Amino acid sequence: MLSAAKRLKTAGVLGLNQRNTDFIMRLNARRLYPRVDDKVLTKKLAIDAGMAVPEMYGSISNQGEVRNLDAIVEARESFVIKPARGSGGNGIMVIAGRSKRHRASYRTISGVIMSGAELRYHVSNVVSGQYSLSGNPDTAIIEYCVEFDPLFAEVSYLGVPDIRVIVYRGYPVMAMVRLPTRVSSGKANLHQGAVGAGIDLSSGETMRGVLGNSIIDDHPDTGALISGLRIPEWDFILESAAKGLEVTGLGYLGVDIVIDRQHGPLILEMNARPGLNIQIANDCGIATRVERIEEIFDEHADPVARARTSRREFAAERQSQLPLDN
Amino acid sequence: MTKRYVYLLVAGLTALGLGVFLYKWQYLGFPVASKQQTPVWTIETSIKFDSGPGSIKASLQIPTLTPGFKMLSEHNVSKGYGFSLNYVSGGREAQWAVRRTDGPQTIYYRRVVYEDSTSEQADTTPPFPPQPVIREPLRTAVEVIVADVRDHSADTASFTTELLRSVNDPSASSNVELLLADAGSSADFVETLTTILAYARIPARMIRGLVLADQQRHVDPLPWLEVHDGDRWLYFNPNTGEQGLPDRYMVWWRGNAPLVTVEGGNNVEVNFAVRKNYRDSISIAENRGALDGSALVQFSLFSLPIQTQAVYNVLLMIPIGALIMVFMRNMVGIDAFGTFMPVLIALSFRETQLVWGLALFTMLVALGLSIRFLLERLRLLLVPRLAAVLIVVVLLMMTISVVSHKLGMETGLSVALFPMVIIAMTIEKMSIVWEERGASDAIKGGAGSMLVACIAYLAMGLHWLEHLIFTFPELLLVVLAIVILMGRYTGYRLTELNRFRAISGS
Repeated sequence: MLSAAKRLKTAGVLGLNQRNTDFIMRLNARRLYPRVDDKVLTKKLAIDAGMAVPEMYGSISNQGEVRNLDAIVEARESFVIKPARGSGGNGIMVIAGRSKRHRASYRTISGVIMSGAELRYHVSNVVSGQYSLSGNPDTAIIEYCVEFDPLFAEVSYLGVPDIRVIVYRGYPVMAMVRLPTRVSSGKANLHQGAVGAGIDLSSGETMRGVLGNSIIDDHPDTGALISGLRIPEWDFILESAAKGLEVTGLGYLGVDIVIDRQHGPLILEMNARPGLNIQIANDCGIATRVERIEEIFDEHADPVARARTSRREFAAERQSQLPLDN
Repeated sequence: MTKRYVYLLVAGLTALGLGVFLYKWQYLGFPVASKQQTPVWTIETSIKFDSGPGSIKASLQIPTLTPGFKMLSEHNVSKGYGFSLNYVSGGREAQWAVRRTDGPQTIYYRRVVYEDSTSEQADTTPPFPPQPVIREPLRTAVEVIVADVRDHSADTASFTTELLRSVNDPSASSNVELLLADAGSSADFVETLTTILAYARIPARMIRGLVLADQQRHVDPLPWLEVHDGDRWLYFNPNTGEQGLPDRYMVWWRGNAPLVTVEGGNNVEVNFAVRKNYRDSISIAENRGALDGSALVQFSLFSLPIQTQAVYNVLLMIPIGALIMVFMRNMVGIDAFGTFMPVLIALSFRETQLVWGLALFTMLVALGLSIRFLLERLRLLLVPRLAAVLIVVVLLMMTISVVSHKLGMETGLSVALFPMVIIAMTIEKMSIVWEERGASDAIKGGAGSMLVACIAYLAMGLHWLEHLIFTFPELLLVVLAIVILMGRYTGYRLTELNRFRAISGS
């Protein structure tokens, strides 16, 4: 047991306790949380900072407005309903289209047909705060449903894959792509059964995948090889992620980005308490990389410079060579 | 910086908690083990006398310094008498007085003591006694004895031993015989000895005390000899010369003064009765603390009414449950529904017992969950739905109680002790997890909660721990310190070792 802990320590693996005390409590002031916990606010801040986000069709913040849902989505074929203060991907409903015969019925990403009443019930649950972190009344966001880049067609089942970048004091330290599976019913959250694949920060190429806590090479639903995918516009993605510091002020941050077929990389949301499974997907601990950032930290570097530094520092090959250098 | 504050705080809390604990344990004698019983001795002195019509003033010598014993309480029982305690030369005196009385009278003085070997209670150093004036021919006899004994001794202790040996010698010299001719009782004998010792300028006095044994109705005071060697008082058996006090010898009074004087009464009879019984060590410690005027005792939980004490007996175990919760969550890494739900469940297990508690809880949650899934179809808003689940839980509890009562299983009645709001919230959370992450996650979370509840129940049910915390609530400061320390634990959780095992660490 002790030797296992020692091994993880040597690998620089970050545990939940250390993440909470040394990273989140130290770097993320509580007053900044609303900036990431409230997705309406995050969206606004990101737009102000000149970042691209999925278009918001409308929001519903009290029960009386629930009946406006039909009006908001009137002109849309597909859309996503999200709780503004949700966590862990709970309460997100992806509507991929409408029923062929009844326009008032909706088809979810997993192919289930929902009546307008059912959808309104979901929105009403969201508004009453069922999925919010605190249980307080919440706002439901209705926004653009991302059409993912064909690059990911082979390695995702339903849903939209997204890219999660962990940003430490403005420097991207680790990234992965989260691929929805049948088990995750189209959602991109690892604990719901999505596959995570590490990304080599320097090249933007995917590495091995991880499902649950174990390593996989092929997508469980499509059987396609997960590694070796080259993420388009990688520079831009890293720069956007790095800009998360300026947008939110949070020193330890997870930035979720989707690549839309038409609009390119879009900031989906940001997270003040990003999960730790990314370490398994990258076969590398976060703590080691954070130490390196502390060594070369430059207060005055702009997001572009920081992204460039991270690309240079955290090449997958370089990581494996590190022990030889020392 | 934060770390230093944390460690300072933890050290401070631990020191304070353990300090008060040690003080109460070692000095005040609060017992660390439960049901610790200490023998206490109740000594009752009854004074009987006949009174003519008129005023009565009675005084009784009562103990002051009692090596080996400490007093718990003293009482006087007398009808119509004024009572006072006075310090007189050589000790204390209880005084009763009444202006007008007639006929046979009985007054009582009762004293409760317990053995305490640490109680030395040295008396002050007396002055050298003046050489007593002794009439001839006794004076010559004393002179000869003193000169003879002095030749065979080196110091006060050996002088006394030698003196006692020579006076107790069956083939005593004529001088000794002459001196002891008048000594009718053993008290007279000891008094003669003190005269001889005073003639040798050695401070000595007679002490009288009771050898305590269980259930004695008549105890006669046993005279003993006390000699001061310049540093401290030494005790001698007047009949053997052996040094020391008999076992369980409770010194009652010192000197030659009579035990009782009654002015205005006659046919005075004094009787000592001794009874041994056991008292909870806590009450003894409390009494002692109260006598010492210790604020710690006056403001302790034991000063509360019994029912409130019973409530705190349970409440004080909640921090232990919380400690276990923290340990399971942050060190082991087991997830449970609701942060402190398992602790509250564990509390209700105390009433239902573990097996029944588990069975009832599982049944309640399972039934509640199935009804919750039915409610899901009704598409209720959050708060009404929670209220509906709560009402269903209450109805279920009632049904389980009634059915189990009809079946003759009285344990089923204790289901009423479950915290229903907590259960309703658990059902709600579990059903949401069930829908979003699947049955396995929901059941895993439920099982985790049960596991933590079981461990918390077992820990909170430890009788010695319960006693320890209730007697020494300051130990909760130590628990607080541990919790704070665990709050700064940045190492891996036990379950993370498994979670991250795929990372090669190359």
